[in-house]
Amino acid sequence: MTNEEIKEYISAHAPNATFEETGEWLNIIIEAAEWKALATAIKGNPLQMDFVFCLTCVDWKTHLTMVYHLTSTKQRHNIVIKANLTIDQPQIETVAGIWRTAEFHEREVFEMFGVHFSNHPDLRKLILEEDFKGFPLRKDFEDPINMIKL
Amino acid sequence: MYNQTEIIKDTTELGPEGELVVNMGPQHPATHGVLHLVVTLNGETIKKIEPHLGYIHRSIEKMCESLTYRQFIYVTSRMDYLSSHINNTACALLVEKGMQIEVPERAQYVRTILNELTRIASHELWIGAMAMDLGAFTPFFYAFREREMITEIMEDTCGARLTMNYIVPGGLMYDIHPTFQNKVKAFIKQFKEKVVEYEDLVTNNVIFQSRTKGVGILSAEDAISFGCTGPVARASGVNCDIRKIAPYDVYAKVEFDEVIETAGDSFARYMVRIKEMNQSIRIIEQLIDTIPEGDFVGKTKNVLKLPKGEFYQRVETARGEFGVYIVSEGGTTPHRIKFRSPGFSNLSALSHMAEGSKIGDLMATMGTLDLVIPDIDR
Amino acid sequence: MFSLEGITTATQDWLLIKFNPTIALAIECVIVILLSISLFALLGLVLVLMERKVAARIQIRLGPNRVGPGGIFQTAADTLKLIMKEGLTPDTADKFLFNLAPFIVMMVAMLLLAPIAFAKNFQIWDINIGVLYISAISSLSVIGILMAGWASNNKYSLLGAMRSGAQIVSYELSAGFAVLTIVVLTGSLQISEIVAAQQNGWWLFKGHIPVIIAFVLYIIAVTAETNRAPFDLAEAESELTAGFHTEYSGMKFALFSLAEYINIFIVCAIGATLFLGGWMPLHIGHWEGFNHIMDYIPSSIWFMGKTFFLIFLIMWFRWTFPRLRVDQLLNLEWKYLLPISLFNLLLVTIIAIMGWHF
Repeated sequence: MTNEEIKEYISAHAPNATFEETGEWLNIIIEAAEWKALATAIKGNPLQMDFVFCLTCVDWKTHLTMVYHLTSTKQRHNIVIKANLTIDQPQIETVAGIWRTAEFHEREVFEMFGVHFSNHPDLRKLILEEDFKGFPLRKDFEDPINMIKL
Repeated sequence: MYNQTEIIKDTTELGPEGELVVNMGPQHPATHGVLHLVVTLNGETIKKIEPHLGYIHRSIEKMCESLTYRQFIYVTSRMDYLSSHINNTACALLVEKGMQIEVPERAQYVRTILNELTRIASHELWIGAMAMDLGAFTPFFYAFREREMITEIMEDTCGARLTMNYIVPGGLMYDIHPTFQNKVKAFIKQFKEKVVEYEDLVTNNVIFQSRTKGVGILSAEDAISFGCTGPVARASGVNCDIRKIAPYDVYAKVEFDEVIETAGDSFARYMVRIKEMNQSIRIIEQLIDTIPEGDFVGKTKNVLKLPKGEFYQRVETARGEFGVYIVSEGGTTPHRIKFRSPGFSNLSALSHMAEGSKIGDLMATMGTLDLVIPDIDR
Repeated sequence: MFSLEGITTATQDWLLIKFNPTIALAIECVIVILLSISLFALLGLVLVLMERKVAARIQIRLGPNRVGPGGIFQTAADTLKLIMKEGLTPDTADKFLFNLAPFIVMMVAMLLLAPIAFAKNFQIWDINIGVLYISAISSLSVIGILMAGWASNNKYSLLGAMRSGAQIVSYELSAGFAVLTIVVLTGSLQISEIVAAQQNGWWLFKGHIPVIIAFVLYIIAVTAETNRAPFDLAEAESELTAGFHTEYSGMKFALFSLAEYINIFIVCAIGATLFLGGWMPLHIGHWEGFNHIMDYIPSSIWFMGKTFFLIFLIMWFRWTFPRLRVDQLLNLEWKYLLPISLFNLLLVTIIAIMGWHF
């Protein structure tokens, strides 16, 4: 599918989505509330986005951005979906039920960025200790003992 | 379900329903590193597996945020240390893509050859380690005999045997060693003669086949859903070879087949890796005699600055798809860097694959997933 | 000519001249105990070294080669290290059973030594139910292993011990049936008579194909009974770290590993006695000259040669095969080996009754 067709399809399902085509792949910026419905829609026909190859978060100091890199193993088109979250209460619907790889990646983002994934089946810390305070990959994270500033 | 303190307390008591909760790792012979699996057993049958990660987490992503675009490449060698060349290539390709640096053909050829040698070395080590998981000690030494030749080539080329750090943005750090081509050819010759021994010792062994066939089955849908890549997904019949989908360096110019098996069990994963080694040899054979003369590194500025924007580079490591995602603000260091490691996604499928099987099957499944713990923990 | 029989007879004669018979018997007992203990120590050292050398040979490497010429003192040095090490007992373990277990395993191995004929007329105890005695005693070692696994209070140990229990109990059957075939052919349970019956040829050659099948079954079954790869599920390094002896260290661990090697020696010695003629030299039909030359080789060398050949065979298995899974292991025994051995025993009985063997 061409980018135009993808745009058309996504606009139908997420009316507030904006697009950006400067990078390598089509970037789609959506609202966090629309994500779950859109995810369900793009997983099925005709887009068949069945493979999340990267799921991460970016800290912009003022807000967080969830970044989902998706591809279709059948049609080989890639899209990048982004959703901005507030820094105080970052919350987004989980997609672990749609793409099972998201379960682990969301747990990683949860502990590293503090993004809360609602309805996640098992939202616990995966890498850090249970009683770890703070979110290490956020820009404002400070650890005077273990961190060496260059 | 089990938090840290419960794990320590739990070692001598039974679980809530009388099942046995066993901590495999962080020190366990079969986890090849500090992977910690909390395995819930009903007799010998596995009811649930829960990975606990982070024992070797160095927060490489955070570390890279304060390193320049020349420096951060060296850290990536320490992630998947068995495919360090390939990790380095990914980072170099990304910087080259972002800054539109021309890479000389010579460097591209050498990179491809080294990447394939790394893949063979990684698979060799995997054969040995996996056979050891299944209780056969001897294949390890046979595999290491050939791997030794590759590490010697690496040592000649860049002075290191494991974490190479030979690839820089724009090409290579040094030119190849004068004996490089001869040594690679000698290796190919020996490999072709000796790979038959693995077939005799491992592939055709009745016990090995009965241990791996029908064990740890992963369907194609599940492989895609769990984000599995590399030999794990290809054994389930998923086309996912980045060298074919999005060719980099000179992969577009060489002929090779993407190895696909459809059974999705441990034996299929084993066969994919064995056949992949032969394909790697095929790639090297096509390139080794035609390495073009010329510069080994392109013209680059002293201080690299990636333009503002987002960049993503995918490569195929020995374990699967490795991705580097950089968000740049235009400075000398990345704003955010994310490494998509193949092992992390492959591990997430382990619980699904091993549930309901025996402890022995868990070793066969985990062995053929080819987990490298620093790659998972980053 | 040198023979162990001569030495024993001379010693006994001398003792009987010097002391009254009761004291002489007591002194003989002490000598036997000392000899068997030193044989144990020696066998432990030799077999561990042999295992490492065989493994090295198979794995295209050199093996131990630093301590002493060709590394022959390596195991002695290792033993010294193990003696010096602290024997830890875990806090939560059942201390009495935990410390008792290695000795039980060891004692069982020692008891098994009694009826073995090491050379012509050189046997500690020529009991008339020798074979039965061996089958009975060798089953006892599973108690020691279960004890070790249970008392360690460790889940890996427990799993290993349970596997070992299931395994030894099932493979005992096949080993027993394989041994019975020879008993049926010989018509005696006494070791010396079984050896004497092979005067004109070893059972392996005399007994047609059924005995060869029994021999193969015996080797498979005893490999499983001694917990050796490919049946080393009780220790299964990659699955259960070290199985039933996970918590053992120092000399207590060494006793387990020593007992394992002694058990291998004993089952191979029994195999050699039953199927390969024990200390009987190799005789071929009416080749008088050849048979005479063979007779010149001392019987003890014949016995040891055969035993060590079988030991080598079992070591060869270990360094070649991957490990079986626990359900495959039990399937192999109950679905294949046991029916085959039962049918095989029937065949051998027919052969024995009809007198079809040579």
